[in-house]
Amino acid sequence: MTIHGLRELYLTFFRIGGLTFGGGLTMLPMLKHELVAKKGWVSEDELLDCYAIGQCTPGVIAVNTATFVGYKREGIPGGIAATLGMISPSVVLITLIASFFQAFVENAYFQHAIMGVKGVVCALMLNTVITLARKSLVNLMSVLVCAAALVLALFTPVPTVMIVVLAGLSGAAAELWRRRDPGEGGRRT
Amino acid sequence: MTFLHLFWEFFQIGLFAMGGGPATLPFLMELAERYDWYALQDLTDMVAVSESTPGPLGVNMATYAGFRAAGILGGLTATLSLVLPSVIIIILIAKFLTNFSQHPMVKAVFSGVRPAVTALIAVAIGGLFKVVLVTEDGTLAVKPLLLCGAVFVLMQIKPLKKLHPAVWLLAAAVVGVVFRF
Repeated sequence: MTIHGLRELYLTFFRIGGLTFGGGLTMLPMLKHELVAKKGWVSEDELLDCYAIGQCTPGVIAVNTATFVGYKREGIPGGIAATLGMISPSVVLITLIASFFQAFVENAYFQHAIMGVKGVVCALMLNTVITLARKSLVNLMSVLVCAAALVLALFTPVPTVMIVVLAGLSGAAAELWRRRDPGEGGRRT
Repeated sequence: MTFLHLFWEFFQIGLFAMGGGPATLPFLMELAERYDWYALQDLTDMVAVSESTPGPLGVNMATYAGFRAAGILGGLTATLSLVLPSVIIIILIAKFLTNFSQHPMVKAVFSGVRPAVTALIAVAIGGLFKVVLVTEDGTLAVKPLLLCGAVFVLMQIKPLKKLHPAVWLLAAAVVGVVFRF
């Protein structure tokens, strides 16, 4: 571990965080360019593997990728340096914009503009949820889990955290059920 | 006290929001109801700003929510608390578990979590729709509704699909001012 290495991790991920919008999959081309082509820190396969891990661990996918690559390079301090680099541009920019936003909120033109923006935010979010549904509703089991989560979220006070936990358990239970069947067949013969 | 609450709430979001940025939305809605940090109406502004600012969506939203709750230090607290659980988990996985994402049990858990997260996001978005597209006296907000419908249709057209969200949001701001939304 070197101070130089940590600084380079911080700065590289600072640049990635500051130059890409949206996070998640939209960040992949930029990560590929910076980490695979320019730095040669990871191979393309490793990056995709890292993405797969980012998708099946909690938290923001881009941040998870940063932690992973940073850790691989420089151990725990590297993971922390890369993560801090990734979130620094957001913290600075959003804090600036949020203060600016509060100062203009009384302005009539600003309010008209914001009402327009809100309409389009609805359209963007509708698009997001349709894309997600296409990707996640792939079989009967997933449709059932989705329906159950909808009912719980709409009609019961069950907290969001609990719904996520229950859904994970149902996935695990289904897997155990699948494993049990051939196991019994095996014992019978 | 606010800082302790911020830490605890965003630590939980970091631990349970699976599927990146949009997955934080249902949790942020819950916070709007439970604390007076920001109103449900503000959440759409926060999404708009976060979508059109560089950086991961989830991180941007956490900074914004934290800033609304307790200023600059609040934004910092919320963001660091959000990433803390995943930093710990990722380092543990990188250290001890190779092929983590290929493990059948991990795949199984996420095959359950993913459709549920879709449902949670859909419910959260439904709530935001109500806030934006229905006015306080219960009638439909016609202009934003028309704009929403028009943009949604336009976004399904091939060459427009790839347009960056910020372009749509900027155009929407202009339309809003010109037509006095």
